[in-house]
Amino acid sequence: MAKPVKFQWAINHAIAEEMRRDPNVFIIGEDVGKPGGPFGVTRGLIDEFGAERAVDTPISEGAIVGLCCGAAASGLRPVAEIMFMNFITLVVEEFYNQGSKMRWMFGGQVKQPFVVRAMTAGGFGAGPHHSSSLESWFACMPGMKVVMPSTPLTAKGLMKAAIRDDNPVLYIEPLSSYGLKQEIPEGDDVITPIGKAEVAIEGSDVTIITVGRLRGEAEKACKTLEGEGIKAELIDLLTVNPLDMETIYASVKKTNRCVIMHEAKKIMGIGAEVAADLQETMFDWLDAPVARVAAPFTHIAFQPALEKEYFPNADKLVTKVKEIMG
Amino acid sequence: MKISKETKIDLFTRMVRVRTFEDLTTVNFASGDMPGFLHLSQGEEAVAAGVCGAMRLEDAIYTTHRGHGCIIAKGADLNPMMAELFGRIDGCCKGRAGSMHFADVKTGCMGSNGIVGEGMRIALGTAFAQKYQKTDNVTAVFFGEGATGTGAFHESFNMAAVLKLPLIFVCSINLYAQMTPKSDHIAIENVSDRAAGYGAPGVIVDGNDIEAVFAEANKAIKHCRSGKGPYLIEAKTYRHHGHFEGDPCDYRPDGELEKWKKKDPIDLFEKKLKKEGVLDAKGIKAIKDEATKAVEGAVDFARKSPQPDVEELYKEILA
Repeated sequence: MAKPVKFQWAINHAIAEEMRRDPNVFIIGEDVGKPGGPFGVTRGLIDEFGAERAVDTPISEGAIVGLCCGAAASGLRPVAEIMFMNFITLVVEEFYNQGSKMRWMFGGQVKQPFVVRAMTAGGFGAGPHHSSSLESWFACMPGMKVVMPSTPLTAKGLMKAAIRDDNPVLYIEPLSSYGLKQEIPEGDDVITPIGKAEVAIEGSDVTIITVGRLRGEAEKACKTLEGEGIKAELIDLLTVNPLDMETIYASVKKTNRCVIMHEAKKIMGIGAEVAADLQETMFDWLDAPVARVAAPFTHIAFQPALEKEYFPNADKLVTKVKEIMG
Repeated sequence: MKISKETKIDLFTRMVRVRTFEDLTTVNFASGDMPGFLHLSQGEEAVAAGVCGAMRLEDAIYTTHRGHGCIIAKGADLNPMMAELFGRIDGCCKGRAGSMHFADVKTGCMGSNGIVGEGMRIALGTAFAQKYQKTDNVTAVFFGEGATGTGAFHESFNMAAVLKLPLIFVCSINLYAQMTPKSDHIAIENVSDRAAGYGAPGVIVDGNDIEAVFAEANKAIKHCRSGKGPYLIEAKTYRHHGHFEGDPCDYRPDGELEKWKKKDPIDLFEKKLKKEGVLDAKGIKAIKDEATKAVEGAVDFARKSPQPDVEELYKEILA
């Protein structure tokens, strides 16, 4: 049996199922307990699991993720919420210097099984302090993983995989996707493997790579291109650390062209890494320069017209694809 | 509190082991055989030994970049510790961590830290786990007064108090935040006053009086084991060496070091033990000789241990 589940409830169900399965899993963060999460994602968990396992905290991001590092080293499996991704700047220390290094640095004496949820809110007019996509900061940190679900099914599957992973996982969820609905098999153990990209649409003319909330825009672009006779293959990365380059190579061998689209800035973004890797590894297979459709080198405005200018969308992607199709 | 003869000897032995280890480390570092940075704690042994001497093996500690003393006092084996300082494969962290990032999990030493104050945030997690798993174990986090200027201090103390975590904050006042004297970076005389702001007990203790530290640590541990939340011990002491080995220490006023050396915690306790008849000169010598033998043995163990293969750089990055 499968029934339609909203993105935000898919996350909720994944956490609840894992908390039922493993008593060492608990949730912690600002508003996650009694208030049920700033946007209701953790609603009901405190009722089922109690305040000991659904822990409300002060507004102390560093202490929340520091606590995760220590609790994980001591046998627990914390799932923390940090709310908007811009607030993750306050815990770069705990990810970069502590959680991601601890296992290697201590000679393998500890594991760091914890998950931190962070929300991107591009497209909502949330402005400079609530709309950023900072995944590339964490994608270059060894010792941790970064996942970016794009559909209810991957939201559930990646959350369950993240909770079971023995490494720090940054789980990035797009606020604009909370309302998406998709059928998810009931009763099955839905797991989306970390480190594996999904070929969302098969095609032969150009590889389009997307990540996070832009999957919807990319799907729209693929339809438009199809109407114009261009068969695009769409890859949704789902994980940006580690990157699944094998799936990308296989696609580029088939299409010989590649465009990467992401919400984060073009400069030093995931696309820069993918493009550099492709020209190092796949130079002979490429018929055109690897192109990027990403945010410009400026700040995110709350003002609607300026915000629209900032973010990539289906139209910008179509234009770029046509450019490299020559 | 009444301290038994055996406990007094145990506390003295812990301090001597720390001092002997660090004095010999000074020599080996100066000869150029030891890579990396080194921050030593001679003069502060009573804080480490007094607190760790009151703890169980299952209790946990977090310490600082100046953390050898706490780790030895908690009971870590000297051989893998010394091998770690030499960057050898038999080190407790396989030669990857060195002095500043030590951990010895089996003795509850959950980590030193190269980032001032950060141990406090991570210590929250172990204290949280101790409570979550319904044990009555406790965690002690050591830090210097310099760390009280970080947001980590406020965040961690407040969080520990709100969540009623069994976490003992042990502030070793050694009078310098790296090279800046305490009066230049803390606006109040006593750090312990800040505990009131979190609704927790905060006490001052003579950090060179091991019995006083031990007695206060016992009170703090009892408080934490009974679920009453965090506790702050401010131990006033002094750092004999510079911030790092090689620090010329030209920021110290004339005569300050000499004044504090007269209050050396090991000398003070040695005199007291002799006066009380707990140990005679022969007994003292036996403890010191034993420590020297153990530390020299550790240096020998470390020197014989192989250098890590370069492949170690790529191992255990992910679990």
